[in-house]
Amino acid sequence: MAEFDTRIDYYPTHEFEGIKYRRGHVLPFGATMVPNGVNFSIYSSASTSCTLVLFEKNAEQSFAEIPFPKEFMIGNVYSMIVFDLDYETLEYGYRMNGPFEPETGHRFDKGKILSDPYAKAIGGRDTWLAPPNWDKLYPFRSRLIFEDFDWEGDKPLETPIEDLIVYEMHVRSFTNHPNSGVKFKGTFTGLKEKIPYLLELGINCVELMPIYEFDEYEHSKKDPVTGELLINYWGYSTLNFFAPKSGYAATGKYGMQVDELKTLIKELHTNGIEVLLDVVFNHTAEGDHRGPTISFKGIDNKTYYMLTPEGYYYNFSGTGNTLNCNHPVVRSMVLDCLRYWASEYHIDGFRFDLAAILGRSQDGSPLSNPPLLESLAYDPVLAKCKLIAEAWDAGGLYQVGSFPFYGRWAEWNGKYRDTIRKFLKGDEGVVGDLSQRIQGSPDIYWARGATAGINFITCHDGFTLYDMVAYNQKHNEANGENNQDGNNDNDSWNCGWEGETNDDYINTLRHKQIKNALAILMVSQGVPMILMGDEMGRTQYGNNNSYCHDNELNWLNWELKEKNADLYNFTKHIINFRRNHPVFRNKDHFRNADYMNTGFPDISFHGTKPWQADWSPSSRVFAFMLDGGHAKNGFVGDDVVYVAMNMHWESISFEIPQLSEGKHWHVSVNTEMPSPFDFHPISNEPRIEDQYHFMVSARSVIILIGK
Amino acid sequence: MSFSVKSEVNENVAVITITGALDSSTAPQLHEEVQKIIQLNPTELVLNVENLDFMASAGLRVIIFAKQKLGSAVKLFLVKPQEQVVETLRMTGLLFSVTIVDKYPE
Repeated sequence: MAEFDTRIDYYPTHEFEGIKYRRGHVLPFGATMVPNGVNFSIYSSASTSCTLVLFEKNAEQSFAEIPFPKEFMIGNVYSMIVFDLDYETLEYGYRMNGPFEPETGHRFDKGKILSDPYAKAIGGRDTWLAPPNWDKLYPFRSRLIFEDFDWEGDKPLETPIEDLIVYEMHVRSFTNHPNSGVKFKGTFTGLKEKIPYLLELGINCVELMPIYEFDEYEHSKKDPVTGELLINYWGYSTLNFFAPKSGYAATGKYGMQVDELKTLIKELHTNGIEVLLDVVFNHTAEGDHRGPTISFKGIDNKTYYMLTPEGYYYNFSGTGNTLNCNHPVVRSMVLDCLRYWASEYHIDGFRFDLAAILGRSQDGSPLSNPPLLESLAYDPVLAKCKLIAEAWDAGGLYQVGSFPFYGRWAEWNGKYRDTIRKFLKGDEGVVGDLSQRIQGSPDIYWARGATAGINFITCHDGFTLYDMVAYNQKHNEANGENNQDGNNDNDSWNCGWEGETNDDYINTLRHKQIKNALAILMVSQGVPMILMGDEMGRTQYGNNNSYCHDNELNWLNWELKEKNADLYNFTKHIINFRRNHPVFRNKDHFRNADYMNTGFPDISFHGTKPWQADWSPSSRVFAFMLDGGHAKNGFVGDDVVYVAMNMHWESISFEIPQLSEGKHWHVSVNTEMPSPFDFHPISNEPRIEDQYHFMVSARSVIILIGK
Repeated sequence: MSFSVKSEVNENVAVITITGALDSSTAPQLHEEVQKIIQLNPTELVLNVENLDFMASAGLRVIIFAKQKLGSAVKLFLVKPQEQVVETLRMTGLLFSVTIVDKYPE
């Protein structure tokens, strides 16, 4: 540190009760290690004074409270360097003095110790569901972290988005079941142990449900009937945007959650798997005027939250408050946060929860040119990250297809889910829509290419894929709200019996419907996403809103992999089939033309007669053919692929299009056939005898390869 | 077992014997020892940790510090680490930067 000894800015100028300090650097915000000390910097526009509060780790009482001298404040930023602190054991917070006038938006309370919005780690929920001390003066404590992790040669993978197979998962649910077979269940380390499984399945991208620090005890309550503890299990309620969830790390109790998460990401990258984070920038864990004061509310309420003219909280998120993300200061925080995760954690992309909120102005009205979304799109650090919007919010703003995209935003394609579900259960009048969805929804993404849409049929919200074919109605009684919560429009069909049954016919049909769904998903243009466990028929017993359950309703039961081996094997096949055929992974939309002069247009539509799709309202059949000569704009060669879907209750014979001289049709998938004949290994597909017709059974999907 | 740290250097091989729990209260002692040893430019660093019962973040930081200061040419050996220590190193990604042996010299 010799080179710093001569620098005047690292000498103390002040002393308070034996603690040496000096004026600090205003940027960066947060607590930053500097030679011999820590630089603290925090913004607050409406406070009248601020005090830095220092604790020994876990101590009830602070060991020092240092008021910021007036001259340490530049603009609305307080900054101070404190010397000779122990980086390992330090916990810090702030007291903010200022008016408590809710009607004008101010809620200062110097009795509260506030957590730093820029803290890089938070103490207080170090071990998952360890009972906290409810009377603690300062429950969520800001900590320092070290940035000495050895990434070796790792960096974000930058896989082309059209080549991704996204697996949406919950860190704890993935391995917490007793039969998961991993040592540290429900943790980042547990997930790391299961990487070989992800590789076997063919996954090259995991999307992690929230891993920012949250309070699993938030709104916790006992179920009035069962007495079971219901908690904030999913974690869509952020305490701090820069800190990873300590309770998800086996080493969280030793303060090494940052190292453990980075180790996981590095290992996923080594295996070619990208990491997307589900980020919740629409609200925080502080709730509305009745909620706790943890950080933002006491630091600068009016800056961080959208407030009504009377000073109450707008609730576009459905959870009590709405982060004021188009305020320039909050916008900067969001940017700083995402840059931090992209650069310090090598995160490959982000999925923004209720992202329509990010396009609302400070009074809640939708903006035509939202500065936050624009800033993210053009940010130099985030330039190669995937940015994916959940393009709706709880305030009624639905922007699928119209979300401001600035040439790069993608979105969860809610219309894909709705159309495919309706078609699968045999609804009429869906074929026209279906033809758009399997093409990457050019009707809504005409200017954005085929990769603007993340195609999914199921996600954490709503039924699992198995429940989608086993339940007509939601069954959310276990959530303790008299089945009032959760979505009522599920577009599901139980195949003839509500819930579990021993009826072989129904169970066979359910498995077939699951395979139909996965087959359609994997032959669609766009970016496919599957929900953790759907590959092995995971059930939530009809619960379509399992946010509060830390039990087998959410935990992946690994025995299902053997019990539903046919589903697992089929999913594995259909994923790898997609990855083997570039014809499904176009970046640009089809042109409906034979611009490569192969004799076939890039895509063509068919019905029971070739070249004659049945667009009539009563139609339940649809077939399409992709010409491999046009794969990726004709730059790579592929086979011709013909897909026929019959969601009628009767078998129907399809006349199939004729291939060019010397080529023949081979069958890759026929969901009607019992396992293991429902698919054939890649490159080993049998040639079909009748090259002119194919009997497509009731409610089934076939895929033929022309080569 | 109460914490202690002892070191010796013979023919460019530095051996540090650590006993007890390596946490934020004890890690500075190890840090100091490591800093002394770095000055002597050893070619191998051997951490004798058979009686190291526990390692928290602060302990991990010292090992990372040693590794970074010594550079990749200097081999770092851990002799007979206990399971908790090995697991911690595995979960935090440091296991591949050290060589675990039952005794030194092997």
